[in-house]
Amino acid sequence: MNFILYFSDCIIPCTIFYILIYAVFHHTDVYECFQMGVKDGFKIVIKIAPTMLALMVSIGIFRISGALALLSELLEPLGEILHIPSAVIPVILVRIFSSSAATSFVLDIFKEYGPNSKTGMMVSIMMGCTETVIYTITVYFAAIQIRKTRWVLPGALFATLAGVIASVIITEIIM
Amino acid sequence: MLNILWVILMAGGIGFSAFQGTMGNVTEALIDSSTESINLCVFMLGVIGVWNGMMEIAVRSGLMRKISSIMYPFIHWLFPRIPQGHKANEYIAANMAANILGLGWAATPAGLKAMQELMILEEERSMSGKKKIKTASYEMCAFLVLNISSLQLIPVNMIAYRSQYGSVNPAVVVLPSICSTAVSTLFGIIFIKIAGLLQYKGSH
Repeated sequence: MNFILYFSDCIIPCTIFYILIYAVFHHTDVYECFQMGVKDGFKIVIKIAPTMLALMVSIGIFRISGALALLSELLEPLGEILHIPSAVIPVILVRIFSSSAATSFVLDIFKEYGPNSKTGMMVSIMMGCTETVIYTITVYFAAIQIRKTRWVLPGALFATLAGVIASVIITEIIM
Repeated sequence: MLNILWVILMAGGIGFSAFQGTMGNVTEALIDSSTESINLCVFMLGVIGVWNGMMEIAVRSGLMRKISSIMYPFIHWLFPRIPQGHKANEYIAANMAANILGLGWAATPAGLKAMQELMILEEERSMSGKKKIKTASYEMCAFLVLNISSLQLIPVNMIAYRSQYGSVNPAVVVLPSICSTAVSTLFGIIFIKIAGLLQYKGSH
């Protein structure tokens, strides 16, 4: 496990090192290019900033209102059929909107049940195979000012659901 | 879609908290989350700035072209209608490579650039001059679905959290995670392939 953590620590520095060395050997004007890229990156952030603000405010209000707790309660019977513990349901719901909020739910589960409990394992696996669907779609389309997103949301939710079900089945097999 | 979703989240949240008598919290949430979003944007200025800079170096030195040519057969199979040598291929390759390695902050700038390139591709295709494109193309949709189904080798954050909460063997989730992430990506691919068949039925 130490090796894995060490390896993942190395990925970013090594990637940067490799990009730089490769560029120098291919006679690229490294510093100039970097600055141009940064400028371009700033423009992208400025473009998506209004979207981020709109999205995060709406998620913040929705979370505080308690609607989420109710929604989780309503989904509990469905969760029972699918062998999903009731503590995991809010994680799945929140994960679609916000990574940090989902993480705080996961840490609550770790505190209460322990990371190696069945519930703890299930959320750990789930977090690895899901993404913040709404956030990603909004930000990526904001960068190119597209309004009609067609079948992106159903497709993304379909893949996410497949991942969630796979996580439940895998947890049932290994625990 | 986003219109409706946003209204549901905002109005639904406010309406529901009226029921619960937590209206004071709504104002607080409004202030907190708006501040948080700007903080995040400032953070992103730094991180996206740096990665975009590194990416520009990789583009100019030809490294990106090299990576994308290695991954080209796979990308071409996923997106058969992106012409060979188009820049979109490079950024899609970089985005996928970064995602697989778990470099979330390197994946985002590459993904956003890929979307811009796909937009240029769409403008070239339509040839309608100045008319602005507002509808997502097949490639944009397919790329996003794949991106969200997120193939990842090592769930680094989860391992760190697990060890922080006293797991004896925090990395035990690696293999199960790879299996489940493979399943979600597989279903993502199935979905975009079916969507592609429906959209381009008989046009080949």
